[in-house]
Amino acid sequence: MDRISELTARALALLGGDPQADRAVPPTGFTARLTLFTAAAMAFLAVFAIALSLATGRLADRWSAELARTATLRISAPADQADAQVRAALTVLEQTPGVASARALSDDEERALLEPWFGPDLPLDALPIPQLIEIVETADGYDATGLRARLQAEVPGAVLDDHTRWRQPLVTAANRLRMLGWVALALIGGATAAMITLAAQSALAANAQVIRVLRLVGARDTYIARAFVRRFTLRAAAGAALGTLLGVMAVAILPDGGDAGGFLTGLGFTGLGWLAPLMIPPLAGVTAFFATRAAALRTLRTQS
Amino acid sequence: MIELSDVAYNYGGAELFSGLSLALAPGSFQFLTGPSGAGKTTLLKLCYGDLRATSGVVSLFGQNAAQMNRDEIALARRRIGVVHQDCQFLDHLPVAENIALPLQVAGRANEAEGNLDELLAWVGLSAQAGQLPPELSGGERQRAALARAVITSPDVIIADEPTGNVDWEMSQRLLTLLVELNRMGKTVLIASHDLNLIRAAKAQVSANVLRLKGGRLQAGVAL
Ligand SMILES: Nc1ncnc2c1ncn2[C@@H]1O[C@H](COP(=O)(O)OP(=O)(O)OP(=O)(O)O)[C@@H](O)[C@H]1O
Ligand SMILES: [Mg+2]
Repeated sequence: MDRISELTARALALLGGDPQADRAVPPTGFTARLTLFTAAAMAFLAVFAIALSLATGRLADRWSAELARTATLRISAPADQADAQVRAALTVLEQTPGVASARALSDDEERALLEPWFGPDLPLDALPIPQLIEIVETADGYDATGLRARLQAEVPGAVLDDHTRWRQPLVTAANRLRMLGWVALALIGGATAAMITLAAQSALAANAQVIRVLRLVGARDTYIARAFVRRFTLRAAAGAALGTLLGVMAVAILPDGGDAGGFLTGLGFTGLGWLAPLMIPPLAGVTAFFATRAAALRTLRTQS
Repeated sequence: MIELSDVAYNYGGAELFSGLSLALAPGSFQFLTGPSGAGKTTLLKLCYGDLRATSGVVSLFGQNAAQMNRDEIALARRRIGVVHQDCQFLDHLPVAENIALPLQVAGRANEAEGNLDELLAWVGLSAQAGQLPPELSGGERQRAALARAVITSPDVIIADEPTGNVDWEMSQRLLTLLVELNRMGKTVLIASHDLNLIRAAKAQVSANVLRLKGGRLQAGVAL
């Protein structure tokens, strides 16, 4: 605990304190603009990485929640046996633990389901359309393997479609995408740190004579490092704020396709998600702080 | 205060000097003379920890310089005011800020106020306070360097050719400043070729004259 507070105090000493220390190092227009631009660009990308992670996370959650709770039983039987099999299936389902309710879809409902593909005037009676039973699970769920075995014996025309078969890969893909979003975010952070390290190192090298003079008059490493650390931290935070603003604006004007749009148009932020990008500028500042501090102290250690 | 015993130094080639011993006793006033290239500047750099002796022991305020870390060297340097032969300013800061820099880095900026103006007036740079160092003449730069060396009222003042580029009258003024500081108990070491300056100093304080020549340091040189 003491160590942590000591480290924090030292970190604050590097950031705060004597603003005059900044003047001791001449302003460097080029690295300043470079750092600003880099931080802005990285923050812009970070906004999208966060949006991707949040959106795919939402998608994965929604898909797996919907999946888990419903299933469909499809009964294909000759017309004369259809009703009997539906009744038999409903009986089996009623007796199955973990099934909250089961209900045969009416003709109208089936027609509505098929309408997008076959148009509104589908003569259901004339076609061998399977009868569908909607199953709603309890939170604990049912034993799909056991149910299938029993259905096979008692309702030969029944096929249990618990959706997991085809939706599970989607959920997995969404989860992977979410992970990729976080990996992208980590890479963006790493790249930012690397670029700021390079910029800080070039600033330190360009100011070798300034560092020498400061040393000769009795400046300690922390005093010299402070000027650089402060500068790069503020620049990175400012650049990141700009990039974040632009990124959020870009996400905000993405077309909203509603639910029907699915994944691509669902990339925006929702609710509190809009606050997530607010983390970017401070994180950029922290990254720049540590990157510059490490670069400065390392350089000062080697050139004495 | 500062002591060199049996010290040798080389820049990678032959020894510039070896077996050299020197003590800056508190309150002493010493001159270091010798031909150009003899190693006067090098010897001074050893005294403020800018160079490390190849062999022998340099002790700064009782600490062995070879074993001091960078922070300790920095703290020792705050007790030593140095006029460098090549001045060493921050060229992007005005003269006044350069002179106040040792106070600044030591976290004593508040002490600058009255002192700075007085010092600027004494070295005749009041009018140049806002100019950048590259805009000064050689003599003005030396005066600014001396002002920076003494602004913290350090225990030891080491000056490398502080009057090389100034006229006789100004060199007397600068000497008076150093003599006054010495009377206040400060230790002074000046490298100089200027025999007239040394004579003038000897008339005011009991100054010891050292001569560095051919790698040997000779003390108590008569002029
Ligand atoms: N950084 C360096 N690298 C290599 N050789 C050096 C270096 N600095 C000085 N020398 C050499 O060391 C010798 C002593 O130099 P130094 O500056 O100490 O002489 P000095 O007595 O101060 O001369 P001057 O009176 O001209 O100022 C010279 O021959 C010089 O060429
Ligand atoms: Mg010299």
